[in-house]
Amino acid sequence: MAGHSNYVPQSAAAKWLESRLPVISLVRGSFVDFPTPKNLNYWWTFGGILFFVLIAQIVTGIVLVMHYTASTTAAFASVEHIMRDVNFGWLMRYLHANGASMFFIAVFIHMFRGMYYGSYKAPREISWILGVVIFLIMMATAFMGYVLPWGQMSFWGATVITNLFSALPLVGEPIVNWLWGGFAVDNPTLNRFFSLHYLLPFMIFGVVLLHVWAFHTSGNSNPTGINPKTKQDTIPFHPYYTVKDLFAIVVFMIFFAYFVFYIPNFLGHADNYIEANPLVTPAHIVPEWYFLPFYAILRAVPDKLGGVILMFGSIAVLFVLPWLDTSKVRSGTYRPLFKQFFWIFAAVCVGLGYLGAMPAEGIYVTLARILTAYYFAHFLIILPLLGFLEKPKALPASISEAVLAGSGGGQPAGAVSAPETK
Amino acid sequence: MKTMIRSARGALLAVAALAVAAPALAAGEGPHIERQQWSFSGPFGSYDQAQLQRGFKVFKEVCASCHGAKFLAFRNLAEEGGPGFTEDQVKVIAAEYEVLKGPNDDGEMEALPAIPSDRFPSPFPNEQAARASNGGAYPPDFSTLAKARAVASGFPGFVFDIFTQYQEHGPDYIYNLLTGYEEPPEGVEVPEGQYYNPSFIAGKSLAMAPPLFEEAVEYTDGTPMTVEQYAHDVAAFMMWVAEPKLEERKNLGFRVMIFLVIFASLLYFTKKSVWRDVDH
Repeated sequence: MAGHSNYVPQSAAAKWLESRLPVISLVRGSFVDFPTPKNLNYWWTFGGILFFVLIAQIVTGIVLVMHYTASTTAAFASVEHIMRDVNFGWLMRYLHANGASMFFIAVFIHMFRGMYYGSYKAPREISWILGVVIFLIMMATAFMGYVLPWGQMSFWGATVITNLFSALPLVGEPIVNWLWGGFAVDNPTLNRFFSLHYLLPFMIFGVVLLHVWAFHTSGNSNPTGINPKTKQDTIPFHPYYTVKDLFAIVVFMIFFAYFVFYIPNFLGHADNYIEANPLVTPAHIVPEWYFLPFYAILRAVPDKLGGVILMFGSIAVLFVLPWLDTSKVRSGTYRPLFKQFFWIFAAVCVGLGYLGAMPAEGIYVTLARILTAYYFAHFLIILPLLGFLEKPKALPASISEAVLAGSGGGQPAGAVSAPETK
Repeated sequence: MKTMIRSARGALLAVAALAVAAPALAAGEGPHIERQQWSFSGPFGSYDQAQLQRGFKVFKEVCASCHGAKFLAFRNLAEEGGPGFTEDQVKVIAAEYEVLKGPNDDGEMEALPAIPSDRFPSPFPNEQAARASNGGAYPPDFSTLAKARAVASGFPGFVFDIFTQYQEHGPDYIYNLLTGYEEPPEGVEVPEGQYYNPSFIAGKSLAMAPPLFEEAVEYTDGTPMTVEQYAHDVAAFMMWVAEPKLEERKNLGFRVMIFLVIFASLLYFTKKSVWRDVDH
């Protein structure tokens, strides 16, 4: 990282600092002079977008905590206090609540980008694995955050999800009681979820730094999947990618603001505006939309323990993805068969999300079983076999050649060049 | 440009993926809800002050005998984006209510006239008392009720809801419920103490008797005193109670949108200019 900088301190103050803590050359090497492939398309901006959303969530969250009360008797009222009495409290809360959804939209796109372009392959396995770790912590953070307003879905969602651990043989019951801090979801549960919800984002932040460190060591992947060979293949991160990422972030902010200002409750559940009541179970307990595919997998299995194992397995399988994909070619652009299976897989994930929102009965269960089987088959059967069966297209000699042929942005080789982008 | 189109396609894809996964469709089928026209819908929507004042009257004279609004303070009635009562009017309205305050220096709790900073006193001291007076049913608090009821739009309706900015599930449901009471059809048994209403979200009958009748509340401004009009007015009022900052939100939203669009366009041209000498 720092090695990429040719920075030589000029002023006396800079020399003094550099000789003691080389932070200027570290930052310059990572985010200014860092050589970046010149053909990254807009799918690559989601990393920057995610960093923005993480910071936005931390900032709005810190402000919300100044007004929130973590107690079963006061939590719901304190959220309404934020909505009604705190200056711009409604804005902070809607930003934070919708921000969680934005985080997941961006992270799903970021992950599918990594899958399409084979970004997880050597030498970037560690970066991918750290990404999956971030995804897991994000899910835990989002789940615990949803409990804090102490509405009906908060309470019953927490009850259903924590109860999953009771499926474990022998240790199940004690683990659940330990998570709850008692014999039901109650004040101790709310308080520990609040504590952890505040802690985990900073852990995410730490893992994000490792995630970036890892792929800054190996260099960015790019749409062609071939490594930069000459200086002509790369450009410095600044100003090229700083301005491109900033543009993408602002476009994403427009999308974000549309939800916050015009349909702030679209992604939420109406029942969460009813204060939690342990004596009244809602007709349908549904998790937030971003958990629905995993919820569908959980309910597809008739056995509780089996469902829990498959649900966690659906994420665990991502950890070993770099070794399941046997193809020597990195980018999906040059893999005609893989490309088709990739889109089928994406459709299956969306389908699972749809089924997760449907009642677990009749045709929905059957469909969920088929799609769950396909989800795992994609990783465990299709990807390993494709590497042997597929005949990839010829790779361009270099990034520059691909760009000149008009395929630098991930277009199929031989596509008509696009003079307007020059 | 090509990359732009591609990312636009991506954004559409994201929306589609998101839409399909949205929980809005979760509840499956519910009662049929006839959507209404509301002054506060859409990007430039705002509350109709006269309607909120009428709705408040209906609430005060009819609903409030069983339903509370514990997060609503009297002062809210004079705040911007609300029914627009003057501060003096609010003092008079508040003084009509008594709230239990204290203990005083003698250690006694006293029932005193409310002041604008007080919140609306609930009609029952606790849930048990409310249930005891209502045949076992608990009249829900109005504070967030208009956001707490939503009959799912179903697929593909909820996708269109994103683009039409439909956020009026609550008031639409309330209107349909209040005007939905009818004689049960042949062969339908309505349990003792329940009233048939096919618009009810959790069954076909509920414990609340039809609350509105023609000319039950006197309007002095010539507005028709019909059940439909009362239902519209009180539903709008309840939406304001649940979302008092709606106008502030939409006003600020418009300014934020304009800023972001201009900022994004400037960045787009900056980006183009920075990248002009790079083949990519």
